[in-house]
Amino acid sequence: MDFGLSNDQREIQRTARELLAERARPERVREHAEAGRIDERLWRELCELGWPGIAVAERYGGQGLGRVELSILCEELGRAVAPVPLLPTVLAATVVELAGSEEQCARLLPGLASGETLGALGAACEGIAELVVGAPSAGLVVLLEDDGARVLSSDEVEIEPCDSIDPTRPAGHVRAEAGAGEPLAGDVAGGIDRALVAVASEIVGVCDRALAMTVEYVKERKQFGVPVGSYQAVSHRCAQMLLDTEKARATTAFASWAADADPERLGEAAAMAKAAASQAGVEVTASAIQAHGGIGFTWEADVHWLYKRALVDAALLGGAKRQRARLAEILAHT
Amino acid sequence: MDLTFSEHERAFREELRAWLAYNPPAPEPSEGGEDAHYAWRRDWQRKLYDAGWAAPAWPAEYGGRGASLTESAIYFEELGRARVPLPANVLGLLLGGPTLMVWGNDRQKERHLAPILSAEEIWCQGFSEPDAGSDLASLKTRAVKDGGDWVVSGQKVWTSGAQYSKWCMLLARTDGDVPKHKGLTYFLMDMEQDAVQVRPLRQITGEAEFNELFIEEARIPEENVVGGVGNGWKVALTTLMNERAGLGFALQVRLRQLLDDTIALARERGLLQNALYADALADLHVRCESIRLLAWKGLTDIERYGQPGPEGSLVKWLWSDTNQRLTELAAEIVGPEALVVGTSWSYELLRARGNTIEGGTTEVLKNIVAERVLGLPRLKAVG
Repeated sequence: MDFGLSNDQREIQRTARELLAERARPERVREHAEAGRIDERLWRELCELGWPGIAVAERYGGQGLGRVELSILCEELGRAVAPVPLLPTVLAATVVELAGSEEQCARLLPGLASGETLGALGAACEGIAELVVGAPSAGLVVLLEDDGARVLSSDEVEIEPCDSIDPTRPAGHVRAEAGAGEPLAGDVAGGIDRALVAVASEIVGVCDRALAMTVEYVKERKQFGVPVGSYQAVSHRCAQMLLDTEKARATTAFASWAADADPERLGEAAAMAKAAASQAGVEVTASAIQAHGGIGFTWEADVHWLYKRALVDAALLGGAKRQRARLAEILAHT
Repeated sequence: MDLTFSEHERAFREELRAWLAYNPPAPEPSEGGEDAHYAWRRDWQRKLYDAGWAAPAWPAEYGGRGASLTESAIYFEELGRARVPLPANVLGLLLGGPTLMVWGNDRQKERHLAPILSAEEIWCQGFSEPDAGSDLASLKTRAVKDGGDWVVSGQKVWTSGAQYSKWCMLLARTDGDVPKHKGLTYFLMDMEQDAVQVRPLRQITGEAEFNELFIEEARIPEENVVGGVGNGWKVALTTLMNERAGLGFALQVRLRQLLDDTIALARERGLLQNALYADALADLHVRCESIRLLAWKGLTDIERYGQPGPEGSLVKWLWSDTNQRLTELAAEIVGPEALVVGTSWSYELLRARGNTIEGGTTEVLKNIVAERVLGLPRLKAVG
């Protein structure tokens, strides 16, 4: 048993972390968040590196690497709160690749894999999906509905931009007529499970960053003549943040691995990972605000971007309670 | 990343599982109290010993199988899975033996290792004192040199199995004039002397797993110093590090079994359709799987990369908290039976309160995580 990354995977991780530390500095993230637009220059660079297609099969224009590699990138993008539409694009591509026909994959995936087409994935009820991340700039939208999934071009849907609390990634409400677009008839559930894992991975990165910022802050900030981090009320909060983060990391690693190596266990693993990550995401970033004290509540302290990203990601494709309800279904039938 | 076991490891598991299936322990005694129960566990260890399964992690030269860390964890998982008791001399096997292998001299190893393995001589651990719990290094039991012997006086507490033990791993102060960690020495004390009195410590479950030791001028020959005079803290750390390894895998399998039993009961009573119960059980399921994954990650990272991660401290914390939540929820699902003395549910419920205290309180574990993993400044302690 080996939880470690391969040399190639570590190289992907290192490259991604270094690149984003340089290109997605906090002030740059804030600048784009305040303007409510994505970072086009960074996005083009990531596309040139092939990031959107990292897990897409080579015959559809991707790099043909695994879900573990995609999770590595998602985690790094979460860490940086990068204002790029990579997650919504890979979520759409994931469902298309699993649930689309050969012809649909060959037609739709190359654009998503190269990043030329932006994607979005939303859960719709009676043709309406609210707060679909990435929708305003998406050329292709995948809608998950009670009776299956369908893919629509941006001409086939109405997209109304809305102000998400997380402006680092613009979102919109999507409305589609009944029967519009084309159905995806294959393994929709397998696509959703893999999508859940990608979102969970991003949350792990968000948590890791929130903890790192908090530890740094409470070591520096002094009250009563000592660093506030030496008080157990504060240091034990940080320990709890680590525990929550590591729970999310371990279950997400297992689910990423299962997606490629043991798909039979993926359904349960994905629900566990998203349950643990959604809970960790909200609690760890909220804790980060609390541990920063008054400064944590200000716009200038960048910790709130993490909280907002975590809230949106936690809700994406169902929050912790929804995932636990699904797990309880599984437990009831085993 | 490869979250499967190697062929070799699977074969190890299969061999042990098959052996356990054909060689179960004798039926658990229903009479005779704790003494009979202990004798039963001692017989069980002899059976394991005869088949070479008492301590697979020990090197072959000392009667083990030279099992890897992973195999050793598999061993404890399988003991848990088969619902068999732990060997009677678990402290000797897990703590005493491995400590002697690191710090003992040839004569000590020659003298002590074999009887530990065969359960001929039972070992106990004399570290904690009434005034030295989490702050272990402040312990007051004193040892004074008198000719070729050390003369020891003091009091120890939480000494499990002391009434059955021949030897005690004793930590005592041999020098009061140096900083507290530097004045300690690690002894092997013969329990069979009048100067050592054992008094059972009745716990909230009503039974007495633990004891108090009253030591009044007990004599320890100098050949029973382990690792050198004044070096006791380092030797004790070896013992304490072993305390957290291995055994945890048996405990987490027991947690899984208790959760499975609770889920089965909830299913039977239609409670999985109730959103509140379903949510709580699913949360426990996520916790339980997180514990399993974190424990395996911690162990295999050490085995493969030689680098322990933060998992060691996190797993015990998460396990103990989860076991408490589970036993409380189980009591709600079971109903009144869980509050009646003598049922396994009431026992588990009460016993779980000790989980967040024994082997490092949750508060101390959080300090360790904060200081050693996250690098936060240490709280300035008095003294």
